[in-house]
Amino acid sequence: MSAPAIEIVGLNKWFGDMHVLKDINITVRDGERFVICGPSGSGKSTLIRCINQLEQHQEGELVVAGVEVRPGGANKAAVREHVGMVFQSFNLFPHITVLENCTLTPTLGLALPKDEAEERAMAHLDRVGIADQAQKYPLQLSGGQQQRVAIARALCMAPKIMLFDEPTSALDPEMIKEVLDVMVELADGGMTMVCVTHEMGFARRVADRVVFMDEGEIVESGPPDAFFDAPTYDRTAQFLRHIL
Amino acid sequence: MTTLKTFHPKPSRPAPSETVGVVGWLRRNLFKDIPNTLLTVLGAYLVVSVLAWLLDWAVFNAVWEAENRRECLDAVGRAGACWPGVGVWFENLIYGLYPKDQVWRINLGFLALIAWLVPLWMPKVKSKVAIGLAAVILYPLLASYFFLGGEKGLIWTALVGAGLLGLVWVWATALSEQMTGKTIGVVLLAQAGLAEAEEEKRRRALQIFAVVALLISMGVVSLWSFEAVSTRLWGGLFLTLVISGIGITFSLPAGILLALGRRSDMPVVSLLSTLFIELFRSVPLITILFMFNTMLPLFMPADVEVNQLARAIVAVCFFATAYMAEVIRGGLQAIPKGQYEAAASMGLNYWQTTNLIVLPQALKIMIPSIVGNFIGLFKDTTLVSIIGLFDLMNMARAIGEDTDWLGLFIEPFFVVSLIYFVFCFAMSSYSISLEKKLAKGRERS
Repeated sequence: MSAPAIEIVGLNKWFGDMHVLKDINITVRDGERFVICGPSGSGKSTLIRCINQLEQHQEGELVVAGVEVRPGGANKAAVREHVGMVFQSFNLFPHITVLENCTLTPTLGLALPKDEAEERAMAHLDRVGIADQAQKYPLQLSGGQQQRVAIARALCMAPKIMLFDEPTSALDPEMIKEVLDVMVELADGGMTMVCVTHEMGFARRVADRVVFMDEGEIVESGPPDAFFDAPTYDRTAQFLRHIL
Repeated sequence: MTTLKTFHPKPSRPAPSETVGVVGWLRRNLFKDIPNTLLTVLGAYLVVSVLAWLLDWAVFNAVWEAENRRECLDAVGRAGACWPGVGVWFENLIYGLYPKDQVWRINLGFLALIAWLVPLWMPKVKSKVAIGLAAVILYPLLASYFFLGGEKGLIWTALVGAGLLGLVWVWATALSEQMTGKTIGVVLLAQAGLAEAEEEKRRRALQIFAVVALLISMGVVSLWSFEAVSTRLWGGLFLTLVISGIGITFSLPAGILLALGRRSDMPVVSLLSTLFIELFRSVPLITILFMFNTMLPLFMPADVEVNQLARAIVAVCFFATAYMAEVIRGGLQAIPKGQYEAAASMGLNYWQTTNLIVLPQALKIMIPSIVGNFIGLFKDTTLVSIIGLFDLMNMARAIGEDTDWLGLFIEPFFVVSLIYFVFCFAMSSYSISLEKKLAKGRERS
């Protein structure tokens, strides 16, 4: 068996005096689809942002794609090479075209020649079904299209791990499906994925493991069937009743 | 199965004639109801009467030929303008006291600037950023020798040579890109038979080209020399353009750096930037000019003399930079946090994020304020008259103090106002066209 994609041991994080992540222990296998759910303020976004060091933890061990990250985030650049991220609010760069959004990092960070980067970008845009919009500017696209571009943009860096931070929360119901379809396709392709999401249908269908967080702790963790049908804790059951 | 009826939309009818076209526009905007009509008539009356009075004064009653102001007053009194005074002094209004036989150097200097900037409007030219940068960095070297003149040491020769080479390079690459689509460097490499050579060798070759070109350029520069013209003789519109031009080209990049500095995570950088900005923003420009004019020499070693113009320019630059920094900071703050996070998650470092993601968006938002600042700076340069420099404004006042034209103030100020208006309006129009151009295709459709 290969080394785990992400290994988190005893991770703690504070915002000022507030203890937002308490003793988190997670191991995500290579190729695993890992879903984090929980009420807002439970620390799930902070946790996923610690993985690519958008937030720095204060205590604990974090090994991402073989790169060891110590508290303080000294080698965050090395981690980010291997980790793509998709945000709730898309965060595409509005002043450059869709294609340029996708070729920006590959031409800079990976130093690909421009035509090679464009070829790769077009392949990923085609995969998410946006190839015909490549020359448009992001704000000319619908929300769902923008989020699919954001996924393609992250894929262009050829990441080993993809992080999704509530990718469908800012979308209309009709557009949620087109984004989830892309994510399912990605999961079927064997990508290691960590998703913070409230899409329980997606979690049940795609996830290998679902964890429930509350108050900065992981309350419960297990395969989706067991998690949804027979939760161990009352807090989990209560959350599931509200959301399903 | 039931068959569905086919839907036929009604044909469109033309809009009622009184709501469209010229008549419609007049009705809607000028003669909508009685108060609106009254206001229109009143407004028209005011415009016509002011224009009529102005034309009477400036054209119909004006005196066009006279030896001195006495003759004007004897002819029409104060009912008409006395233009000959402005005519006699016009060259001074533009060039100050710059020697008349050397004025062509100023003209040539500004022509060089125009020549430098023309390629920016040529459609097929790709290296516009490089040309713009060269204009900011290399053009001043060339222009300052044109304007100052004097003996050239080796360093001066090299700098002026670099300036001249810059101009040649701009046109060479602009023409080559316009015609072949390739930069002049690529064309030269192809000529030298190095088109297929490896990267390292090509770079070396380009460096050699550059050095040889600089040496040739220095040789050319050392062939001619201009007589020195002291900055004391600089004045008029020329001086105004020099001070505001330097102020504008300095304040934008320096303001960007200060704004970034103020937002920096590094406490010392942030503190120093904030200190600089707040210090220069809290003191009136006049005070800063006085301080630099009288106090700066006290801090300098006794044998170093910084000339008065340089002191004024430094003061204007610092003042403008402090204001520009705050404008830019406003733009930076308008960029959502998500943009920084997305850039970080994609592995861009600080300078890549700043240059490629944040600044292009921030500057675009702030174009109206930035150009507003430029216009303000251009007009603020009139304050240098307070430390005895004869800028456009001060030169206009000098006319009324000439014994032949004693008391002739309104006419010169009228002309000067027109000149200021032309420049400021041009800047303003350019900023609006720039906004429109940048907005194209980037809005929600």
